[in-house]
Amino acid sequence: MDDILSYPFFQRALLGALIIGFTNGCFSAYVVLKRSALVAGSLSHALLPGIAGGILVAGSLTVWSAFLGALIAALLVVLGSLAVARSSRLDQGTSLAVIFTIAFAAGLIMLKYVPVQVKLEDYLFGDILNISATDLWVAFGIGTVTLTLTTALQRPILLTLFEPSVAAAQGVPVRALNYLIMTLLVLVMISSLQAVGCILALGLVVAPGATVFLLTNSTRAMFWGGGLLGAAGAAGGMWIAHWGDFRPGAVITILLGAAFLLAFMLGPRSGFFRRS
Amino acid sequence: MNPAQVSGHPGPGGAEHCYHCAQHHELQVRGVSVRYQKTEALTDISFATSCGNTVALIGPNGAGKSTLLKAIAGLVPRSGGSIQWRGAKVSQWHREFAYLPQREDVDWSFPVTVRGLVEMGRYCQLGWWRRWRELDEIQVTKALAAMHLEGLEGRQISELSGGQQQRAFIARALAQEAHVLMLDEPFNGLDRPARESLSLLLRQQAAEGRLVIASHHDLNTVAGLFDEVLILNRRAVAFGPVAGVFTEANLSLAYG
Repeated sequence: MDDILSYPFFQRALLGALIIGFTNGCFSAYVVLKRSALVAGSLSHALLPGIAGGILVAGSLTVWSAFLGALIAALLVVLGSLAVARSSRLDQGTSLAVIFTIAFAAGLIMLKYVPVQVKLEDYLFGDILNISATDLWVAFGIGTVTLTLTTALQRPILLTLFEPSVAAAQGVPVRALNYLIMTLLVLVMISSLQAVGCILALGLVVAPGATVFLLTNSTRAMFWGGGLLGAAGAAGGMWIAHWGDFRPGAVITILLGAAFLLAFMLGPRSGFFRRS
Repeated sequence: MNPAQVSGHPGPGGAEHCYHCAQHHELQVRGVSVRYQKTEALTDISFATSCGNTVALIGPNGAGKSTLLKAIAGLVPRSGGSIQWRGAKVSQWHREFAYLPQREDVDWSFPVTVRGLVEMGRYCQLGWWRRWRELDEIQVTKALAAMHLEGLEGRQISELSGGQQQRAFIARALAQEAHVLMLDEPFNGLDRPARESLSLLLRQQAAEGRLVIASHHDLNTVAGLFDEVLILNRRAVAFGPVAGVFTEANLSLAYG
């Protein structure tokens, strides 16, 4: 089994899984604290039409076409749902669900006209074993930007997440930070597309943070712990997937889900050993 | 370590402070109005007070007590009027103001310990990037001690009693070196002993030269807890020392 490590494609895939798992895991702390898992879910579905649209406009699949397409699609879905919620009796959750499903369906249809030979399944479920050197650099770049910004701005971000209105009164640019977090969320999810695909991307960017949240009282532990858990889940998932010939994305998600269930059942504030 | 810094006097980059000084710093609220969409929540509120006082904002539900606190703290925009602290616009002094939210407005499940919460108070002084110094550590420890929270530092904020939660937020304000404490219904849900110990601590803050302003709805306890009172019902009905202003006549004007 160790032989597989000597293949460059597997080394690349493993490194990619580690980088993507770590970045997504760290960032998931903010997604959980901001209570935006639902928004993340709809964004993950908006990635498909976004990337397909980006290819249609730009003519080829590049990092920029993917990013701009995904960002525009994400903005349309989120702002569209806000507009519907504000001008009707529907709540944002409902309008979000309706709009992102439509966007996803539109993406499926757009794929037919995409000139690049891509298999639908790779978008939906990821294809980490075929990760290219460029993809690896993109994942690394996104990881570096995300982790640098979120660590450098951790104080104002923390104040914003805890008490937005108090933070704003203290001179923290709350609105700008919220936009930054949303932009980074789109970036981070684009990087996880390669590993687990757009449907399972949600698991990578929510589950690690949610798991550590059950166990800790420190945002720092949540951030770095989420990163370690995400990286361990992604790398471990690849091993098991190779060993059992499963889809890596699915195994990664199931591993992270198992960690979450374990934390839920054994954690100090839930499950069997709850302190009353 | 310069002892003058520890006692809250101007430190490098810190705000100017005057605790224990004879000087009185004035808060002047002039003609403040707040509008939520089409309804006027507050109309033409004026009063002036100075540090060293404890001020109660009282009035019936919906009178605008919380709104006035938030307007002074800069959490909601004013539609008219001006608020000055120490002779300058209040927005220039945000480090000197600490707003303590109502219990229901706090996300108690947030993964932060009592110490972590109090450390957040230092962020105002530190800015975004400046390194955590020994001075910050000392201020945090001092604030925790002043609020009798020793031994509770490691607790997550939901694992505290109501009185301890209030004290933890006051400790954060002290760590911030705030000059004005604004508390939204701080005595809400506290039992008698907790109420009395909180009141003692708030009076201590005023005695040390801070200005304490709190919204309050329990009319029976106003006289024991506060020096001055602003009775309001969207408009200011009366303002002044509790002894002179807290009268049947004024209350019936506000409560109708």
